[in-house]
Amino acid sequence: MGIHELLSSPWPWYVAGPLIGLTVPLLLLLGNKVFGISSNLRHVCAILPNRIPFFNYNWWQAGGWNLVFAGGIMLGAFLAAGWFGNPEPLAVNPATEQDLAAIGVSVDGGFAPEAFFSLAALGSIKTWLILLGGGFLVGFGARYAGGCTSGHAISGLSNLQLPSLVAVIGFFIGGLIMTHLLLPIIL
Amino acid sequence: MTTSVASPQSERRSVAEIAVSLLPYLLAGMAFGFIAVKSEILAWYRIQEMFRFQSFHMYGVIGSAVLVGATSIQLIKRFNIKSWDGQDITIQDKDRTWLRYILGGTFFGLGWGLIGACPGPMLALIGAGLPAFLIALVGAILGTRVYGMVMNRLPHG
Repeated sequence: MGIHELLSSPWPWYVAGPLIGLTVPLLLLLGNKVFGISSNLRHVCAILPNRIPFFNYNWWQAGGWNLVFAGGIMLGAFLAAGWFGNPEPLAVNPATEQDLAAIGVSVDGGFAPEAFFSLAALGSIKTWLILLGGGFLVGFGARYAGGCTSGHAISGLSNLQLPSLVAVIGFFIGGLIMTHLLLPIIL
Repeated sequence: MTTSVASPQSERRSVAEIAVSLLPYLLAGMAFGFIAVKSEILAWYRIQEMFRFQSFHMYGVIGSAVLVGATSIQLIKRFNIKSWDGQDITIQDKDRTWLRYILGGTFFGLGWGLIGACPGPMLALIGAGLPAFLIALVGAILGTRVYGMVMNRLPHG
């Protein structure tokens, strides 16, 4: 198997998980930084004009490194998708495929259903409401909870923080309500 | 004429120094974005599999990441390892209140279940060629701003 083929096939959890876990010590060792991506949303709010005390701090000093890290995520994803993308359509568990079909969502081989998350779908007001509303909940909830998947589920749990475990339980309460109760109504 | 401390040359050098000091974070972010695509954790479908308990993938990724992260932190603490730039490594403990975590977490989960992306994967999706997620990012920034406006009226205890 050539190196390009190896990079192009989807990576199993036992390769990706440990690599993501290494981000925690990597950032600590680089400069005593804690892995947490949603803080960047706060930094953007601090950059934008506002009179809100929560956003009144030196964003460059607190989060310049993190904003650069966020830019790197986009660039890395661009490289991966552009040059090392899996040539096969995304495979989804048949049980999930069946459940989604029951609520009118088809598996189309991409990362997210084109019917809701493609540029073509932006003609529909529903798409805008889903993206803006879902994004709003993610941003609001992450700051209210003091972190997102990276800050709580990975950094917080790695540092054995009980509050992070409570936050992760919250993530699942919300996710299960959305998936099983609300998605059938919304989609 | 006396030379000022902030001569253009010294300023230019400090900009270069800043760029060099930030480069490792750019590379670390690139690695994360690359992995997010290759492991498909940015996929809406993978999040649906997770919330329907129909695939081990996301649990395996997060679980093994925590195992490696926790082991690393224990080693750093045990051997008192300092950062590359000589700082003591100090990780602030989370406030030991509870309501904010369960309530904020639930709001977050509702959004995660709907758009199938948390902040990191949201950025990765934009980079991977799904620009519609820029709208979700705008929503996330708005949500953060609204939290900052109403936070004093929300229960945190």
